[in-house]
Amino acid sequence: MITLAADIGWGTVLAIKTVIVLGMIPVGAIVLGYVFLLKMMAHMQSRLGPMDPGGFHGWFQLVGDGIKFLQKEDIMPEQADRRVFAMAPAVVVISTFLVFIVIPAGPDLIVRDLDVGVFYALAVSSLSVIGVLMAGWASANKFALLGALRAAAQLIAYELPLLLAVVGVVVQAGTMSLQGIVEVQRDSAIFGFDGLGNPFILTQFIGFALFLVAAQAELTQTPFDMPVAESELVSGYMVEYTGFRFLFFFIGEFGTAFAFAGLAATLFLGGWGIPGVDSAALGNVLGPVALFTKLMAVAFLMFWVRFTYPRLREDQLQAVAWKYLIPIGLANILLTGFFKVAF
Amino acid sequence: MSPKPKVPGLISGLGVTFKAMLQGAVTVQYPHEKEDPAPRARGVIALKEENCTVCMLCARECPDWCIYIEGHKEKRPPRREGGRERTVSVLDRFDIDYGLCMYCGICVEVCPFDALFWSPEFEYSEVDIAALLHDKVKLGEWMETVPEPEALEVGAEKGKK
Amino acid sequence: MTEPTLLPGATPRLDPRDMRHLADAQVNVELDTGDMILNLGPQHPATHGTLRLVVRLDGERVIAADPVIGYMHRGYEKLTEVRSYPQITTLINRIDWLSSFANEVPFIHAAEQLMGIEAPPRAQYIRTILTELSRIATFVLFLGEMGLQVGALTPAFYGFRDREHVLNLIESATGGRFHPNFNRIGGLKDDLPWGWVNETRSTMKLVLDGCDVFDRLVAGNEIFEARTRGVGIIPGALGASYGVSGSNLRASGVDWDLRRDGKPYLVYPELDFKVWTHPDGDSFARYWVRLQETRESVRMVVQMLDQMPEGPIMAKVPRIIKVPAGEAWVETENPLGQMGYYVVSKGAIGPFRVKIRSASFSNVSILPWLLRGVYVPDVITILGSLYFILGDIDR
Repeated sequence: MITLAADIGWGTVLAIKTVIVLGMIPVGAIVLGYVFLLKMMAHMQSRLGPMDPGGFHGWFQLVGDGIKFLQKEDIMPEQADRRVFAMAPAVVVISTFLVFIVIPAGPDLIVRDLDVGVFYALAVSSLSVIGVLMAGWASANKFALLGALRAAAQLIAYELPLLLAVVGVVVQAGTMSLQGIVEVQRDSAIFGFDGLGNPFILTQFIGFALFLVAAQAELTQTPFDMPVAESELVSGYMVEYTGFRFLFFFIGEFGTAFAFAGLAATLFLGGWGIPGVDSAALGNVLGPVALFTKLMAVAFLMFWVRFTYPRLREDQLQAVAWKYLIPIGLANILLTGFFKVAF
Repeated sequence: MSPKPKVPGLISGLGVTFKAMLQGAVTVQYPHEKEDPAPRARGVIALKEENCTVCMLCARECPDWCIYIEGHKEKRPPRREGGRERTVSVLDRFDIDYGLCMYCGICVEVCPFDALFWSPEFEYSEVDIAALLHDKVKLGEWMETVPEPEALEVGAEKGKK
Repeated sequence: MTEPTLLPGATPRLDPRDMRHLADAQVNVELDTGDMILNLGPQHPATHGTLRLVVRLDGERVIAADPVIGYMHRGYEKLTEVRSYPQITTLINRIDWLSSFANEVPFIHAAEQLMGIEAPPRAQYIRTILTELSRIATFVLFLGEMGLQVGALTPAFYGFRDREHVLNLIESATGGRFHPNFNRIGGLKDDLPWGWVNETRSTMKLVLDGCDVFDRLVAGNEIFEARTRGVGIIPGALGASYGVSGSNLRASGVDWDLRRDGKPYLVYPELDFKVWTHPDGDSFARYWVRLQETRESVRMVVQMLDQMPEGPIMAKVPRIIKVPAGEAWVETENPLGQMGYYVVSKGAIGPFRVKIRSASFSNVSILPWLLRGVYVPDVITILGSLYFILGDIDR
């Protein structure tokens, strides 16, 4: 762990790590939300987005929204299942928190470098399905129920392409630990050329595309946002949630987007690794910057697609997952294995 | 659809939104920036009190009955020596309720004495709905915002308004 | 208070407290177990207003659907009985509020027929130009919001942005963006302002560019095609028997356009234009037909600007207009379909009775047949592609 902290004591270190992880979600949500949802979407639609709050191009808008949500009345439908209704947003957000534990931001800036980091990250991110189902069922609302059922089918179906895309990376890197994957990308060479490292996107481009599509579906973003289809179900499973609970869902959605973009940047673009920067001290300072840049590039792609395409119908969505993405993923693993052994 | 060499629609759609993002917004940031409406825009009705003869045609023709007029007759001295006394209608009250007004323009059109005019002024919203009843004085103030009658297009009949 | 005694044979007074259940009426839907009854509306983002669709669902499939209309009934036909012709012209702007100029035209035509006068040629040309402009404004909005119904957020904003150009044109000519109130019996209220023709020409170029954007962003999008092809197929003959009209019918392969095939009105007989049809009859066909019709309307406007004659814009009419007794029926090709007015006059300053045949009312009547066996997302696609306006349905 951090060598400077040798005499701080594990309690304090734990506290610091908890605060950082807890803070990452709202910060990540606000940054992604402001840059992409408010500003990029606005400019793509020939409008400006918020301009007044905070003075400079409305940067305070989301923070103000958060404060507004905090002071709202807590309304629960009369026939809702009270305890399940209250717990559902927490389940969704907790699964996001757990993913941030393994994403590295520098050689020492990781909460815990698990040996099965990739496996753990994917397993834990699928906990949110339970939260969605809980929300939809407990809302005592037919629209919410429809949304939750669609979500359950969709999220489970797209777990597989997500996994298969990542298996290719694991085969090529030879390790499931995320720090290890970053170091392999930073240190290896492309055909002997050392300068750029070897980001896996060059060889695993099929996997990258697959991961992005599956991540889009896991985040229920257009073109896979049937569960939250705004023009039909008006927020789907979240429709009965207001105030603070809705804020949880919103932060959960964008925090998970932040986490998945971070995962994609780590697995395919090299994470915090800057080829040529080997020293730990420099890596700890420049690493987060590099990761953030790569993360924003991936998020740009995800949100660009979100604002352009219409949504697929539920059966078409399932067809895409089962009939196209999974065979492509399996073929990708086969090819990767072949090339790994042959070369 | 046109038989061009096909870029898949998915990619070409992304290109459209990307280009739109770079082209800048069309938003006019009201109230910091304002757009001017057309001179003919039906914003508010102005009253020229000296032309009004209390004939009540506008109040009668209004589809919404939002014009309230009260007047009385006064006697005026004859114009020449030894002539008859003249009776003149004097306007007491002329209110237009803009909460009811449909901005159709029938009153302006129907007035035989050209006492009502359109003005493109539109920024008169109020907090209290009763304040939307503009009385004689306020309607007279709108006269300053009435634009000059503009030129007509090529081909229009000459001599018309 | 004692109840008044009823004379023998009189019907008993109805107590409003006994009629509360009518507010929950679920017409023609038998209550069954195992299926779910879902109320789409009257407040719903996809129903274009206050339309209520009671659907019986089996999972995500619709077994039966029933539209419940009337939430926006404003009593137009009753209102016209106590108004004069200029006042009615103001009111009927608001029946189909997206293409409001087109609502006035058949009514004014009917009144002019009864009076036996005809508007001068320049007035006819300007009327036709403004009708086609309102058609363009309505369709451009459709091209955008159809994308919104299937989930794409961006085209809706482009639709509104492009529509603004046309609304500015209408405002500079008539004074009102949405409700022009420009027709008068015998002609038009005013002539066009200086520079309007050139402005219109440049706006038409902008509209054509906008149509190309929609072609690339929406019509060419594979996901959009997957959502709309084969969804909501209306067979041509069945559609005609239900009274479906306008672009909806032309998208089913029926080559019928009142501008060309009906009784000649305005200056359409002098124009050279193509009537677009599509053989499929599904939602994609309805989108495609309206896209092509927008481009066709642009060409027609440019033709008319080139051909416009000079002269007066108002025929000789008496000061107080009393329309002679008689009946007249005028039907026109409005953007939403065929709209008609049946005007009965008894010689007063206002009509005795006006019957309004609105396009959307008949377009929506096919919904119970069309929505059987369809998925819930497809219901939204179909509603969007039929393009009805609640003001037009309920009047």
